[in-house]
Amino acid sequence: MTLAVFFGCAFIAFGPSFALFVFTIAREPLRVIILIAGAFFWLLSLLLSSLVWFIAIKASNSQDPSLQRGLLIFGVFFSVLLQEVFRFAYYRLLRKANEGLAAISDDDSSAISVRQMAYVAGLGFGIMSGAFSMINVLSDSLGPGTVGIFGDSQYYFITAALMTLALTLLHTFWGVVFFEGCEKSRWWVIAAVVSLHLLVAGLSLLNPLYEGSLPPVYVITLLMGVWAFFSSGGSLHSLSALCTRKT
Amino acid sequence: MCVSSAAGVCSSSVEQKIYVELNETVPCVRLLNATHQIGCQSSMSGDTGVLHVLETQSDLDWILSSGPHPPYMVIMETAFFNRSVMMRMKNSSRVSGVAVIVSKTGLAQNFSPHTTCPNQNTGVYGSELANCNVTVWNPLGNGLSYEDFSFPVFALKDENQTQVIRKCYEDHNQRVNGSAPHYPLCAMQLFSHMHAVTDTVTCMRRTDLQNRFSINPEVLCDPLSDFNVWTSTRPLNSSAKGHAANESVVIAAARLDGRSFFWEQAPAAEGTVSGIITLLAAIQALYPVTQEAPPPRNIFFTFFQGEAFDYIGSSKMVYDMEKNDFVIDLKNVHSILEIGQVGLHSGRSLWMHSDPVSRKNDSVNEAVSEMMNRMESAAAGLSVSVGHPSFSQPLPPSSLQRFLRAGPIPGLVLADHQKSFSNRYYESMYDDAENLNVTYPPGLTPDEQLVYETDAAKSLAEVATLVARSLYLQAGGENNSLSNITADPKTVAQLLYGFLVQKNNSWFRSLLLSAGPGPPQFYIGLGPRIHGPVHSVTRFVQYILANLTGTVTNLTESQCQNPSELSTENKDLFSYFWVSGPASVNSTGEPFCVRASVRLSEAVSPAFELLEYGSRNYSTWTESRWKSIRARIFLVASRELEVMQTKTQQNC
Repeated sequence: MTLAVFFGCAFIAFGPSFALFVFTIAREPLRVIILIAGAFFWLLSLLLSSLVWFIAIKASNSQDPSLQRGLLIFGVFFSVLLQEVFRFAYYRLLRKANEGLAAISDDDSSAISVRQMAYVAGLGFGIMSGAFSMINVLSDSLGPGTVGIFGDSQYYFITAALMTLALTLLHTFWGVVFFEGCEKSRWWVIAAVVSLHLLVAGLSLLNPLYEGSLPPVYVITLLMGVWAFFSSGGSLHSLSALCTRKT
Repeated sequence: MCVSSAAGVCSSSVEQKIYVELNETVPCVRLLNATHQIGCQSSMSGDTGVLHVLETQSDLDWILSSGPHPPYMVIMETAFFNRSVMMRMKNSSRVSGVAVIVSKTGLAQNFSPHTTCPNQNTGVYGSELANCNVTVWNPLGNGLSYEDFSFPVFALKDENQTQVIRKCYEDHNQRVNGSAPHYPLCAMQLFSHMHAVTDTVTCMRRTDLQNRFSINPEVLCDPLSDFNVWTSTRPLNSSAKGHAANESVVIAAARLDGRSFFWEQAPAAEGTVSGIITLLAAIQALYPVTQEAPPPRNIFFTFFQGEAFDYIGSSKMVYDMEKNDFVIDLKNVHSILEIGQVGLHSGRSLWMHSDPVSRKNDSVNEAVSEMMNRMESAAAGLSVSVGHPSFSQPLPPSSLQRFLRAGPIPGLVLADHQKSFSNRYYESMYDDAENLNVTYPPGLTPDEQLVYETDAAKSLAEVATLVARSLYLQAGGENNSLSNITADPKTVAQLLYGFLVQKNNSWFRSLLLSAGPGPPQFYIGLGPRIHGPVHSVTRFVQYILANLTGTVTNLTESQCQNPSELSTENKDLFSYFWVSGPASVNSTGEPFCVRASVRLSEAVSPAFELLEYGSRNYSTWTESRWKSIRARIFLVASRELEVMQTKTQQNC
């Protein structure tokens, strides 16, 4: 649907994550490495879960639409669980790496803290997840047509972009909270993250009822943002300090 | 996530939500000659426009001036496909393309997109008699085929597909109480980008440059070419070129091709098929008699391809004869009888057209008068009569004109019109079986329809009998053998069915592996270099001739491919065809080898051999190349929505 839609949706979906990358990650090579490795871990989880889904699809009766829908739901939930498993695996890997980094540095402390790694890992997950959701939709938005000839909503592109943005931010916040939970051995935190991820995935299955999926997802994003802020050591005091320093 | 479809093919599901691909597309393509380009062109990435169905005059005003969502893609009902409407579309900047609904409802009484004076620059006449000064041959012609459109024009022939487009239009683009419809609107995109521009000279020059300097040369256009089919009652030695000693030949000719506004659509029933069938049936009637009681002169039957495009086939044959590159030359030719459009005479008489300029010569005049007398005497006893139009009227557009360019030869053109064509749909898509009154009663199976003798079949058989008897007399045959020469109405009926209704029938299948459904199309095309072996119509005529005039031999398949190894067979005099044989219910047929003196000769304009791409004497028609021709429909959103989406990201 022309260049306007393409650029608009691309910047909606990837603008904030791109800005975060430029301002907080690009200057530190170690963070870049952790980001890319995080993206790779997310890719691995997607590969495995899609393999399982693909086998299930091929082994089943392709003419039965309700079965296909059921398999899709199963695939989505299985993928969510696998992504969280890989997030945990990445946490363990980063902890090991942290010890190694501390050993080889001059002053016996690691160049990067676990909280920073949590944020970067979450962002890596989020960027790759967003890319996979959004790229093929973006390429189709370049053509002259828009969605709707078969009765779908004409707001498809913009809602896809908004959903992608929400998911990217959510992955970042989940990364922070998850790693913090693992550090402090608070298993209820991990359970909460997993169930929220499942909830968001389930809400996306409500599409094209966009009223049912987008506002709740953004509410969850906001709440997760607040939780991640407090869990990574922020407080109301530091917020007010930020404002007063500005003035 | 990419959801795989039932077929297991994983395509972008978002794309499937947006576009509906239209599979049955019939485009109008660009053709070029020495000085002009004609046809249609789209831009490189397709032309998009909001759909509007043109059914009434107010729709026309909406499209051209008052509609608020230009440019429009016009879905044109049949009644509006005429010169005035298309010229207004051509001059308007609010039209991005036209899709014409092809149907019989609303069809005008006459429609001919060809010019009023076909092939006026490559005939035999100079300035006094050319340009239809005496008789306008095609007065109903509107010349649309020879206009240059800068937007794509497609034809919608498939009724189901037209219904899909109409439904999209009715759901989204209908005007409610005269007010403009709201976004999102249904739109269509047509792709038919042509690579060649300006004229043949430019295009061939660019192609030559590409061939010389580029590693991956890109050809921009191809000359129209195919093959002529010829045969003779006494076999001619094809390896002996030039003047054939002791041969005086009567040539019987017909044309093999037609055209219309759209690419590869040319049912050409009255314009071409009537002549082909008449000549084929006449050959079948003549052959046994010429073997039993051979006349003094040889009779040479030929079917010329490409006559619609400035006489490609006949100019090539005359050129070869002049250069001594053909089995006979012009001095061997005694006289020429050409079969023009003969399908619509229906009880009236046929007309023998002759050339007044060459008849100023006394000997030629005498020969032509003798020919007319022989034809009139052959018509005695038949239910068809012949007359001759006024002496001063020139020849209609015919291959005989190319022979006359080379020298005065006595000749006649047999046609069903005295002055202008009787064909109201000359060189258009509507010149089909219905135009010739070939209709079958309902409830017949295809095999029954194949042999059903319609009135048209019986009347064409009479014409074929006339032609056969006249040719026998012209070749010096005896009067008393004439009653044995009768065309078979059953063969004519089968030929009519095969050439006008369904080419995938049991008779054609028994001759060779057949093509798809529907009637054959008679557009010349680009010939064997591009389209593989011989064009289907040329191949049909070749194999039918072999079937009607050939003898069955008991050679094996490998012997049939290489008969020169056998001493009893002569590859110079005959061609050998491996034929499938009639199929029955239980089994496919037993193939066998047929020997016939049917040959093909190349039909490429001499301008391309001489490399004179701007030639005034020979046909210079070429067809442009293209990458993809397709069409699709989808919804477009308003500009406001698009801009809102960009604004949203700016404010976030």
